Amino acid sequence: MVALRVDLTVPARGFDVGLALDVGRETVALVGPSGAGKTTVLRAIAGLVRPERGRVECDGETWFDSAGRVDLRPEERSVGLVFQDYALFPHLSVERNVAFGGRGRAGELLDRFGIRHLARARPRELSGGERQRVALARALAREPKALLLDEPTAALDAHTRVVVRAELGELLRELGLPALLVTHDFEDAAALADRVGVLVDGELRQVASPADLVASPADGFVASLAGGTLVDGVARFARDGLTEVRLESGGTVYSTDEASGPVSVLVYPWEVSLGLVPADDSALNHLRGPVVSLAPVGNRVRVRVGELTAEVTAASAERLGLAVGLPVVASFKATATRLLPRSPLRTWPAERR
Amino acid sequence: MGVAALATAVAAAFLVLPLLALFLRVPPSSLFHAAGSSVFRDALVVSVKTSLIAHACVLAVGTPAAYVLARRRFPGRSAVLTLVELPLVLPPAVAGVALLAAFGRYQLLGGTLHALGITVGFTQAAVVLAVAFVESPFYVRGGVAAFEAVDDDLLAAARTLGAGPARVFFRVALPLAAGGLAAGSALALARGLGEFGATIIFAGSLQGVTQTLPLAVYAQFEANFDVALAIGTLFVLVGAVLLLLLKLAPAWSRSASISPFRPAASTSA
Repeated sequence: MVALRVDLTVPARGFDVGLALDVGRETVALVGPSGAGKTTVLRAIAGLVRPERGRVECDGETWFDSAGRVDLRPEERSVGLVFQDYALFPHLSVERNVAFGGRGRAGELLDRFGIRHLARARPRELSGGERQRVALARALAREPKALLLDEPTAALDAHTRVVVRAELGELLRELGLPALLVTHDFEDAAALADRVGVLVDGELRQVASPADLVASPADGFVASLAGGTLVDGVARFARDGLTEVRLESGGTVYSTDEASGPVSVLVYPWEVSLGLVPADDSALNHLRGPVVSLAPVGNRVRVRVGELTAEVTAASAERLGLAVGLPVVASFKATATRLLPRSPLRTWPAERR
Repeated sequence: MGVAALATAVAAAFLVLPLLALFLRVPPSSLFHAAGSSVFRDALVVSVKTSLIAHACVLAVGTPAAYVLARRRFPGRSAVLTLVELPLVLPPAVAGVALLAAFGRYQLLGGTLHALGITVGFTQAAVVLAVAFVESPFYVRGGVAAFEAVDDDLLAAARTLGAGPARVFFRVALPLAAGGLAAGSALALARGLGEFGATIIFAGSLQGVTQTLPLAVYAQFEANFDVALAIGTLFVLVGAVLLLLLKLAPAWSRSASISPFRPAASTSA
C-alpha cells in the first residue's frame, strides 16, 4: 500500500526539481550532490515551500494539489521533519522540546530514546548523537503519518555517525512509517533505505534497492555515486563472447558485458586485487601502474593505481609494502566489469571522497 | 598606539566632564530640596505616566510589527523599514511640528477628532503621542533585528510540529528574540523619557499636565538654576541605571536560560 505519494515540481536554486515517488511503509533515500534540491523536496512535502505544481498525498489525505487548489499549512500536515542540524529549540529543555510536538507521548519517547536523564538539559549541552535522538523523539511526538529526514548523519563526526546510523536504521524498521530521507552520502542511503533514488540535475535518474544500484547502475553517475570507478575506452566484440575495451590511457580490459564504440568501464574497488606481479589466476584483466595514492578507510586502504581504485585490507597493504610510486598490477575478473554508455556527468563532488 | 590612547582619554574626559560638573555643582542637600519641590514631583508624575503609557503602546504595536517586518517578504518592505526609521533622523522639533500638523485642532485629523469631542493638542495625550512617535523607531529597529536573528529553521520546525502562527510567535519567536527586544525596549524607554523638542511644540509645558522632567529642566533653567541642576542630576542617575540594566539584560537572560546541568548517571553514547 502506498502511504506517501509525491509528484512535484519545486523551484530550487536556478533549476526546477521534478520528482514522482511513491513511498510505502518503507524507507526511501534520495541521494544526490549538494545543491541538487533534495532539501527543497522535503520542505515542499512538509508544506514549508510551495511547489510550482503537483500533488502530495499521505495516507489517503491530500496535502497539496495544484490542480485542486489544495495546500494544507505545515501545521495541518501530519508529518515529522527532522532538520539537518536538528533545529532544537535552544530555549527549551529536552523534555519541553519533545513535548512541543505532543504532550501526551513525551515521557514515553524520552524513555524509548534513552534520553530520560537529559530531560532537563538544554540542547547546547548535548552531544551530536543525543541531539539527533531528541530531534527524532520530538518529530515522533506528534505521531506523524510520514517521517522526513534531512541529511540525518551529516552533522555528526565520523565515529558517532556509524553508531547513529545503526540506531536510526533499527528505529526506521520498528516504526514502519513511510520515511523519506535525503543524503549526499551513499553509505547512509545504502545502510538505512530499502530503496534509493538518485537525484541529479533536478530529476530522478534511477530508483532501486541499494544492491541493484550497485549491480546495475543506470549510468556512470549512478555508478560513481555507488562507489564505482570508471575508466573510458573504446569497445569492440572479441572472441568467446567477450568484449575488448581499449582504454584511452593505454591497456586493454575484457568484459562479459556486450558493447561496442565509446564506453565507460565500471569496476568497484572491492573487485580489484593488487599484486607485485601478475597473478596466475582466473582474472582476465591485469593493469600495470604505479601506486598514485593511498588512503586508509577504517581497516582497509583505498589504493589508486592509474585510473583505477582498489580497496584492500590494511594487512594486505602492509604485506605488499604498498607505497606511492611502487609499480603494482591491478587484477579483476571480466565478470566484475560493467560497460556503461559514456556520460558527461559522472564525477561525484570531491567532498565525498 | 600612544595617539589612540590619548584620543580615547580625551573622548572619555569630554563625555564625563559635564556630568562630573553637574554632580560637583549640586550639593546633596539641594538635591533633596529639589526632589521635594512641586515642580519636580509634578514633572516626575507626568513623565512616568506618559512614558509608561507611550511605552506600553509602542511595545504592543511595535512587537508584532517588528515580527512581520522581519519575517515577511512583501513588496515595499524596504520602503516601510525606511519610513519606520525616518523619525530617527528628524530633529524632534520637526516631529513636534509634524504632529501638530496632523493632530492640531484645525489640521489634518484634528478637525475630525474635535468633532468627536477629542482634543489632542496640549494635553497629556499629546505628550504620549510625541513620546511614542520619537521612541518607537528605536524599539522597532531593535525588534526587527532581534526577530531576523531567529533561525528560520526553528520557526519552520515549530510549524511542522503542529504549531499555528500564534503558537510559533509566543512559544518560539518571542522567547528567542527576548534579549534583543529588551535591549530595544530599554533604549526606546530612555529616549522617550528624555523627549523634549516634539513635546514642547506639540504638548506645551504646563506644570502637572504636560510638563515632563526634561521640560521642567528647561523651565527651571531660568527660574531656579539649582532645581534644574538637581533634576539633571536625577536624570543622570536614572539614565545610568537604565544603561546598566541594558548592559546586564542580555547576560542575565543568558544565564537565566541555562539550567544547572545535571550530570547524567549513565553516559550512554
